[in-house]
Amino acid sequence: MKRTLSLMAAAAIVPSMALAAEGDSLTIVSWGGAYTMSQEKAYHEPYSEKTGTQILREDKSANALAGIRSQVEAGSVTWDVVDMLQADAQRACDEGLVMEIPHDEWLAPAPDGAKPTEDFIDGTLGDCFIPQILYATMFAYNEEAFPDGGPKTVADVWDLEKFPGTRSLQKIPQKNLEWALIADGVPADEVYEVLATREGQDRAFAKLDEIKDNVIWWSEGAQPPQMLADQEAVIATAYNGRIFNAQVNEDQPFKIMWDHQMFEVDGWVVPVDQSEDDLKLIKDYLYFATDTQRLADQAKYIAYAPARTSSVPLVGKMEGTDIDMKPHMPTTPENFETAVQFDTSFWADYGDQLEERFNAWLAQ
Amino acid sequence: MADIAADGYVPERDESGALTTVDGTPLKISLRKSQRRAKRRAFYLVVPLLAFLFVTFTIPIVGMIVRSVYNPEVANYLPETSAAIADWDGEELPPEKVFAAMVADMEVGLENRTIGRAAGRINREIPGARSLVMGTARHADEMQPPYREAFLAEDEDWSELEFWRLVKRETRLITPAYYLLALDFEYTPRGEIVERPEIYQVYRLLFIRTAWMSIVITGACLLLGYPVAHLLATLPLRTSNLLMILVLLPFWTSLLVRTSAWMVLLQQEGVVNDLLVWAGIINDNGRIRMIYNQLGTIIAMTHILLPFMILPLYSVMKTIPPSYMRAARSLGANQFTAFVKVYMPLTIPGLAAGVLLVFILAIGYYITPALVGGESGIFISNLIASNMQGTSAQLKLASALATILLVLVLFFYWLFNKLVGVDRLKFG
Repeated sequence: MKRTLSLMAAAAIVPSMALAAEGDSLTIVSWGGAYTMSQEKAYHEPYSEKTGTQILREDKSANALAGIRSQVEAGSVTWDVVDMLQADAQRACDEGLVMEIPHDEWLAPAPDGAKPTEDFIDGTLGDCFIPQILYATMFAYNEEAFPDGGPKTVADVWDLEKFPGTRSLQKIPQKNLEWALIADGVPADEVYEVLATREGQDRAFAKLDEIKDNVIWWSEGAQPPQMLADQEAVIATAYNGRIFNAQVNEDQPFKIMWDHQMFEVDGWVVPVDQSEDDLKLIKDYLYFATDTQRLADQAKYIAYAPARTSSVPLVGKMEGTDIDMKPHMPTTPENFETAVQFDTSFWADYGDQLEERFNAWLAQ
Repeated sequence: MADIAADGYVPERDESGALTTVDGTPLKISLRKSQRRAKRRAFYLVVPLLAFLFVTFTIPIVGMIVRSVYNPEVANYLPETSAAIADWDGEELPPEKVFAAMVADMEVGLENRTIGRAAGRINREIPGARSLVMGTARHADEMQPPYREAFLAEDEDWSELEFWRLVKRETRLITPAYYLLALDFEYTPRGEIVERPEIYQVYRLLFIRTAWMSIVITGACLLLGYPVAHLLATLPLRTSNLLMILVLLPFWTSLLVRTSAWMVLLQQEGVVNDLLVWAGIINDNGRIRMIYNQLGTIIAMTHILLPFMILPLYSVMKTIPPSYMRAARSLGANQFTAFVKVYMPLTIPGLAAGVLLVFILAIGYYITPALVGGESGIFISNLIASNMQGTSAQLKLASALATILLVLVLFFYWLFNKLVGVDRLKFG
C-alpha cells in the first residue's frame, strides 16, 4: 500500500516539478468547480498579477487527507497549500501532517488593526488551520409545495400534518442528529452535551424515527436541489450555495429556511516538509489571500461567507449582476440568529460510533 | 502396417523389440518429450495472464486479508506503554510505571506527531478517548512524577479501567476484532466475545439480505429469461434477430443510463405514477413508492442482469434438435411432459451457467443498489464502500467485510458445484 501511495505521489510530482523550474510557483489544492473558480478570481489572479508567481491548481480536496498522508509518508510533499474542511484539518494536525500556524505572525491584521486571532469568527481558527469561508447546511423547500407558507422552524420540518410530503436528508448522522434534538426541544447550545450521552443519542434517533418513512436520503450536494425541483421531496437539507445557485441561475422557486442553520468552515492548511523558499512563498500568499478585502472578494462569486468579521461589511454585489450578496450570506444577522456551529471535535470523538449506529438504524 | 511395409519403410526397433525413432530413442520417450515441449509452449502463452492475475488479483486479495487482521497502531505508537502494561492484571488501576511509560510515549508521539494515530484506534472503541489522549499529550512535557496522580489531576477519565484494559488488548499486532465487528459481535476490553447491542447490529442483516435479494433477482431473471431464450432459439431467423436486438440493445447501454432511466420511470413524480394517476387507478396523494427501496433494487437489477441469463440459455437451446421433442410426442408424451422430461434437462448446462453468472454478479453489485436502493434496498457492498470513504474511513472493517463476502461467494460456488457440477456449465 505504502508503495502504491508513493508511486501515486511520484506521479503527482512530475508535472509540477517541471513547471516549478521556470519560476516561482505554488501548487494549491481545492475542491474544483464553482468553488475553485471563486478562489481563482478572488485570490490567485490578483496574486499572480502582483507578484508574478504562477499558481498551479489541483482539484483534489475531496481526498485531501489521504493525499497529504501519502505525500508525507513518501517523503515528497508537492502540495503547498491545501483547502480542507476543519474536521479533516484537525485530524491532519493531530497526525502531524500539516504545519502549526502562528496566526498573528503569518496573517494580515484587520484594517482597524485588530489581530487575526481576534478578527476571525470565534472558534474557527485551528492550530494548523486558517479558515476562509463559512458555509451553512440548512433546510430549504419548494414554495410551490406550500401555497399557504412553508415551514419556519426545525420543529415544523417534523410536523408531517401541517407540512405533508417527502423530506430529503443527507445520508450521514452529522447534523441530522443535532436537528432531531433541536426539533425535540433541546436548546441549541446544549445539543452536543445531550448528544454525548446514551440517552441523548436514543432521543435523537427516536425523533428521526418519527419521519423516517417520509425521508429520501441524499449523498451528493447536487441531489437536494434536483429533488426539490422534481418535487420528489418538498423539504430538503442542502448547502446554502447550491440552493442560491438554483434560485439565481435556474429561477427555481426555492426558499431557504435559516432557522438553526448549521455552519462549518473551510480553509487552508500547509502540509509539513516545505523547503525554506517554498515556505516563504506560502507565507506571502497566505498573508495576501486571507486579508479582509480578499476574503470579502470571494463572496462576489459564491454565496459562502468570509470567515473574518471585518470582511462581512465589505461583501457587495454578485459579479456581473445586480444581486446583492449580503442577504444570501449565512452570516448575515437575520440568517445567523439561531445558527449552530458544527462541532468538529465532538464528531472526531463520537463519529465512528454514531456512524455505525446510523447505518444500522437506516438498514433496519 | 502392411501399407507402411509396402512403401519400403521398416519401423526401427531396439533389442527388446519396442518401437524407436531413427536415432534409437524409444518412441514412448520421444512422444513424451514432444508433448512436454508443446505443454511448455502453451504455458509460455499463459504466463502473461498468470502474471497479470498475480499482480492485480492475488496480491491485492492477500493484502486485503492481511489488513483485515493487522493492528499495529497501539503497539507501534505506544511502544513503552505496551511493554509496561504486559504484566498488569487488569483488576485495578495500572502501576506507576505504566503511567510513566505513557508519558514517555506521549512526548515522543507528540514530537513525531504519531500519537493521533494511536488515539484514533482507541477512540474507535471508547468514544472520547481521542480527546482524552490528545488533551493530556499536549501537557505531557510539563508533567512531574508521580505520574499517576498527574494524569488523574489532568482528567479523571484516566481512572477508567476499561481504557487501560483496551490498551492492553490492543497491544497485540494481530486482532480478530474487525471480523467480530463484521459479524455484529464485539469483544470486551477483557477479551470476551459478546453480541453487539442491537442498535449497532447491521452487517449480518445485510449479508443475509444481500444473499436473499440476489436469489430473488436470479429467480426473476430466470422466470423472465427462460421463455425469451426459448423463443429466440425456436423462432424463424428474421423474427429472432429482431428479438435478439431487443435483448442486446439494453445490454450495450451504459449501466448508469439504464439505472437513471429507472429512476425517471419509477419515482413518485415519475412516468409510471403519472400514468396511474392519469388513468384514475390511484389518486394524486396515493402515489406508490416503487424506488429507493427493495422493490427498486429488484426491478432495476433484474433488468440489468437479464441478458446474462438469456444469452447462455439461448446458446444451449439453439443446439437442441427440435426432433427430440417431436420424438417424445410421437412416443405418446403430451406437450408438457415432453417439455419437462426432454427439453428442460437438456437446457440445464445453460440454465446453470445463467444462474451462476447472475447470482454472483448480483451478490457483489454496488452501483445500482446505491442509486435506487434507498436504505432498505442496499447491499453489503454499499456498506463496504461507505467504510472505505470519507474521513472516518475504517479500511480494516471494510477489508474484513470484503473477505467475508469473498468467502460467501466461494461457498455458493462450492454449493453450486455440488448440486450441478461445474463441468456441466455452458456459457455460450
